[in-house]
Amino acid sequence: MALGDDALVLSHRLGEWAGHAPVLEEEVALANIALDLLGQARTLLSMAGDEDELTYLREERDFTNVQLVERPNGDFAHTIARQLYFSTHQELLYERLADGGTDDGELAALAAKAVKEVAYHRDHAEHWTLRLGDGTDVSHERMRAALDGLWRYTGELSQPIEGLDVDWDGLREEWTRRVTAVLERASLSLPQGPRNASWAAGAGRQGVHTEPFGRMLAEMQHLHRSHPGASW
Amino acid sequence: MFDAAVTADERIEPRDWMPDAYRATLVRQIAQHAHSEIIGMQPEANWITRAPSLRRKAILMAKVQDEAGHGLYLYSAAETLGVSRDELLDKLHTGRQKYSSIFNYPTLTWADVGAIGWLVDGAAITNQVPLCRCSYGPYARAMVRVCKEESFHQRQGYELLLALSRGTPAQHAMAQDAVDRWWWPSLMMFGPPDDASKHSAQSMAWKIKRHSNDELRQRFVDICVPQAESLGLTLPDPELRWNEERGHYDFGPIDWSEFHEVLRGNGPCNEQRLEQRRRAHEEGTWVREAAAAYARKHGGGHGDDRRHDHGGSGTTNGTTNGDGHGRATA
Repeated sequence: MALGDDALVLSHRLGEWAGHAPVLEEEVALANIALDLLGQARTLLSMAGDEDELTYLREERDFTNVQLVERPNGDFAHTIARQLYFSTHQELLYERLADGGTDDGELAALAAKAVKEVAYHRDHAEHWTLRLGDGTDVSHERMRAALDGLWRYTGELSQPIEGLDVDWDGLREEWTRRVTAVLERASLSLPQGPRNASWAAGAGRQGVHTEPFGRMLAEMQHLHRSHPGASW
Repeated sequence: MFDAAVTADERIEPRDWMPDAYRATLVRQIAQHAHSEIIGMQPEANWITRAPSLRRKAILMAKVQDEAGHGLYLYSAAETLGVSRDELLDKLHTGRQKYSSIFNYPTLTWADVGAIGWLVDGAAITNQVPLCRCSYGPYARAMVRVCKEESFHQRQGYELLLALSRGTPAQHAMAQDAVDRWWWPSLMMFGPPDDASKHSAQSMAWKIKRHSNDELRQRFVDICVPQAESLGLTLPDPELRWNEERGHYDFGPIDWSEFHEVLRGNGPCNEQRLEQRRRAHEEGTWVREAAAAYARKHGGGHGDDRRHDHGGSGTTNGTTNGDGHGRATA
């Protein structure tokens, strides 16, 4: 369910880009990633119950996504930094789930299928990290600021999830190695400072979210909640 | 040569000689078609974040993505005539080229997404299927791909409306209201009546167009009336009735003054649509400049090194949402 919420929420944020992307090719790419994530969310949520009930009728405190995925899109660099951090993590995690990290056969199958999609998402984020980091002075500065600004939300990624048999410390090390390598190629460096917001160390999984998340849910759920019991 | 090829229904290809006026007409038509796909993303994207079920949300996202893809094919088709995408986008942004007037109407409820699929995409298909046989090869081939996806969208729109029409009374009313608002603007998508259409005769002689505006409009009405009946919805035209003698439906007069107002830029959303398009482009300038700079440094890979356009110094403020992140110190 936590993984389903991650995919659902990030998909929603990427959907907000539709019609606003900097170049037509990115309209296609961002929508494509959003659709992959939405597909993953639907499978994962359906494993826990009814996908629409879980999406539209839970309150903010019941969502267990990491705070990183609910962060507003910001500029294109923020979206790419969020995507780089998250998809690198998601690829590593799904690899492990496909390879014995879960007893749940359905989850392992989903992970095995989704890992291919996620490799594309990570590749897309890496290419843009390179272009922005090693593009112009302006893009370098924006990319650096985005990576720094989102850094404090990355600690939560490797917080253990109950029921999954994953070496979380090893995952975090591998994640750090991969992200560092990309950033170096992009003439950027790994941000310094704490990886968790000090006031809410990794609380998304416990249903404690950042303020913009409530407004996101209000928009997402409004129509569904206005017509109780209707089917669409 | 050219005339003989057109007469023999052969395809004109990019390297063939063609009259300047033929080239200019095609550039205008394909560009406006591409612009319509791009602007047309907005009224539908307006509902992505509010779609009432995950299934509908996935369908809508895929549709908007397809539209961006159609825009890409069509700009490529236009580029075979010797214009660049940047040049055409600049003409769109400065109002020198148009897009379909239909996208200047607002999407006020979820049912509008269905009405656009059923009526707007339906009208587009009626217009575009004959273009699959248009005399200019690259345009005709683009249309084959576009039409396949459009008919899929149209069925999905119909199915969305059907679910609402058979749903709760509030959902049914929502569907009827949307059809009431989109019907007449959809009929206007076929363009002015034949006696007032200035490009028609030449386009038909060149086999860019195969049927007149009024012929296509009639064909569309004939298709829609029985579909509306099976949807359990009515069309907002008291004069609509079957004409045994003609073998077609008669329908009431179109308010051409509204059509001309919308074309002149005075429709409900003209300003909003162009403003959003310009903003996306301006705020994306620094991104395109970064991609171009990166491509120059690294041997020009990926075809990103397009000549970039007007003005952008890369110092625009971007879309930062102002919720506090993003300028943290290292």
